[in-house]
Amino acid sequence: MNHTEQDLVTEDSPRDHYKALVKRSPFYEKQVALSNTNKWHRWKAYTVADEIECMEQEYFAVRNSCGVFDVTPMSKYRIGGPDAEAFMNRLVTRDVRKIKPGRVGYTVWCNDQGKVIDDGTIFHLEQGVYLLCAQERQYDWLMLSALGFDVEISEETNNIACLAVQGPTSCATLKAMGLAGIEGMKPFGLTHFDFGGAKLMVSRTGFTGDLGYELWIDFDSAEALWDALFEAGKDRGIRAIGGDALELARIEAGFILGGVDFVPANQCVRLHHDRSPFELDLGWLVDFSKESFTGRTALLREKQEGSRYRLVKLNIEGNKPAHNAYVMNGKGGKTIGAVSSAAWSPVAKANVALASLDLTKRINDNNIWVEIFYQKELKWHRKWARAEIVKDPFWNPERKRVTPPADV
Amino acid sequence: MGKQHYDALVIGAGHNGLTNAAFLAKSGLKVLVVEKNPYIGGASVSRELYENWTYSNCSYVCSLFRPEIYRELNLAKHGLQVTPFGGSVTFTRDGNFLGSYPDPEVMYREVARFSKRDANALERYHADTAKWCRLIRPFLMRTPPDPTSFRPKDWRELAFLLKKFHGLGEEQIYEFMRFFTLSVAEFLGDYFESDLVKAHFSGSGIIGTGLGPFSPGTAYVLLHHYMGDVDGNIGTWGIARGGMGAIAKALAGSLREFGGEILTGDGVERILVKDGRVTGVALESGAEISADNVVSNVDAKRTFLKLMDEKDLPAQVIDKARNFKIRGSSGKLNIALDGLPTFTGLSKDNPLYKGDFHFSDSLERIERAYDDWKAGMWSRDPYLDMLIPTLTDPTMAPPGKHMMSVFVQYCPAKLADGDWTDDKVRAFGDTVIDQMAEYSPDLKDLILHAEVRTPREIEAEVGLTEGNIFQGELTLDQLLFNRPFPGYAQYRGPVKGMYMCGSSTHPGGGVMAAPGANAAREMLADLKRDNTVPEDFGDD
Repeated sequence: MNHTEQDLVTEDSPRDHYKALVKRSPFYEKQVALSNTNKWHRWKAYTVADEIECMEQEYFAVRNSCGVFDVTPMSKYRIGGPDAEAFMNRLVTRDVRKIKPGRVGYTVWCNDQGKVIDDGTIFHLEQGVYLLCAQERQYDWLMLSALGFDVEISEETNNIACLAVQGPTSCATLKAMGLAGIEGMKPFGLTHFDFGGAKLMVSRTGFTGDLGYELWIDFDSAEALWDALFEAGKDRGIRAIGGDALELARIEAGFILGGVDFVPANQCVRLHHDRSPFELDLGWLVDFSKESFTGRTALLREKQEGSRYRLVKLNIEGNKPAHNAYVMNGKGGKTIGAVSSAAWSPVAKANVALASLDLTKRINDNNIWVEIFYQKELKWHRKWARAEIVKDPFWNPERKRVTPPADV
Repeated sequence: MGKQHYDALVIGAGHNGLTNAAFLAKSGLKVLVVEKNPYIGGASVSRELYENWTYSNCSYVCSLFRPEIYRELNLAKHGLQVTPFGGSVTFTRDGNFLGSYPDPEVMYREVARFSKRDANALERYHADTAKWCRLIRPFLMRTPPDPTSFRPKDWRELAFLLKKFHGLGEEQIYEFMRFFTLSVAEFLGDYFESDLVKAHFSGSGIIGTGLGPFSPGTAYVLLHHYMGDVDGNIGTWGIARGGMGAIAKALAGSLREFGGEILTGDGVERILVKDGRVTGVALESGAEISADNVVSNVDAKRTFLKLMDEKDLPAQVIDKARNFKIRGSSGKLNIALDGLPTFTGLSKDNPLYKGDFHFSDSLERIERAYDDWKAGMWSRDPYLDMLIPTLTDPTMAPPGKHMMSVFVQYCPAKLADGDWTDDKVRAFGDTVIDQMAEYSPDLKDLILHAEVRTPREIEAEVGLTEGNIFQGELTLDQLLFNRPFPGYAQYRGPVKGMYMCGSSTHPGGGVMAAPGANAAREMLADLKRDNTVPEDFGDD
């Protein structure tokens, strides 16, 4: 029996908190002022825009100028203490020692069965202090994993506001905002600036597969940051964007999304509906040279015995997005998998999809077909389309990698 | 009526008896249901004991009732309407409360008021509980396999069981043995650290059970209360419009539509057996009714020890019936209120007001309540499951007035200091009302009428031995092919033509109607008639 209730970490809420169903990020009012579609969705505790004015224009802002998306609802945890590096290295599949201070690393973390709990980014803030960011809440898993480690874990979700500033004019916009030397930052770099007395963290990261940055600041300074950013970008095509535009951009970039392209293992109810890193085409994140990390034994066994699934990027003939389509081995052949994300890519001019293939089935990589259903004015059409498995992201521009970026 | 002959006669017009009879009648059999009370329903009953107030006298909420039966017997057409109600509250002694809100984000925030870790563990808890539900649910509308039999049907069913078991995956198979022997306190301890959070969730593990939150086996009882659904929302509970009697009423409507008959106000005195097979029943009035098949919806203990002549039964069946665990552990208050009572700390516009209320804010308090029961007294500080159904169903009281249903755990069938007396029943009721009044200053002034039911009243009126709401404990030794006893889990009695269809049989109590339906399926197979009982919808 627990008689030490006063030791429990709690969050303060008024008893009638149920009256406010969703939290509003510090950028909410700014977005409401711009929104004329009033379309929102929920991301954990927060409400997030689907669309501000026009999804297509918001998408093209990301690819053509500068799109700004509010990623404040991201779950954020600060991890410090003497064992922080050892803890992080046991937690995730990558070798965290290779992510130096001032650098960011994309990673996954698994349960003991080697199944992905979530993917996210590790910000190495300063020697031995990390910020872990993920779509899903991780506090339960972090606390469970922290047994035996001398670490301090604090949740920063509701303290740090974050804006993704993405697109070819993003660097120039930030430079115009006064972030001197921003053009020298390499991909996955991280640095700090003074912003009117507040500490502004900037990382060259994002979820669009394009040139882009993420700005991190405390809640109190968030509105001022938004104003300064939009002032600096007003001649560079800056635009607030909603989640629908971001969704299209991330599919083009070939990025997977939890709850869409995989089920987080801790939330997964059905046997074999979870996924390992190998099954998500993320084997490159698994570093077996590390002597121990959570899931290592199971992943090593999988590496030797084979995986159950394979995540593929598909380039599909025609222009009808393959939403929820079955993937077949040959036209009219046996079902070998299903599409989890699909879109017509305006920038790549391609019909693209992410799909999971069942490796217990016979698969001929050179004869993959999808069965697409679509509707025009109540009439349903069924279309067989040939699909090519592609290795690289559908959209992978040079400017994403170049340092310094072009000054446009 | 004495000269009449029936294909099947069902003893007891509770929801399982009516369900059984309806499926038999649907297949074209001539069916009679005999009920000792002048009204139908058994423990799914609505009665007006105070003018213009409808009480759900026994069972009071609905989740486990199988939707396949609801649909197949056209219960919607016969007036049944089940509305989900929102949430639950546990009041704390320091004036605070913990509520379960239906929205997961509001729930997160609520639990985080007491433990951030626990709020974050909710997803894992719900996912794991859902895994156990997925294991159990496919067996609700099936007859348990006989593991000693070599009949192809039993082999098929055993194979189905093994397949579902393996469908759990390696880790969960290990967890399986743990889960079915765990206490609810230990199970919740795998997820939560706050004692209040654990106490809040633990109630489902002890309701109706002669066990405490630290007793092995109570984790399953929690699952039993979690595995139901309202329209596919697993774990949700609903209120039958018009009280739980609406379920019996709709079932009776369906039964009559299929040509079945119901006789009320005359109980069965004896199941008549001749040459090793049933011939009918003798009624309390002295009349006899002949029937080829007799189905007992009465609990196993009462069926074999009271309704049957021991001489007609194998000796070991009598022994098994004597040892069947069916302990009285709960009581019930039904209260007519002149208005909506105030509960300090919870504002009346909070949606949780429509949910169920508990006043035990630690596992220890619940365990101590159990200790009193073991010592042969009603709990001095009982665990209550209180609900004001009129906030969801306005038909149960005049406008502005309310009905309060209070389930009380623990209340023994036999008191250490002698038999129950009317004075003791009153004192028991006062204990319950006093506990609620600690949190509700105006409650006592609003009470117009209260029906107080201890195991004595429940047994006398409904017929449940010791007033056990599940017709027998839901412990592993009395589940699946061991319910009610090994060798008799397939609804057939030890005498030809005799069957069981009550909650003493698989899958147990909770107003599921599955025992009644499963028994009908087995009977129709024996009688070589077309099956009228539906298969389960399936979860995937």
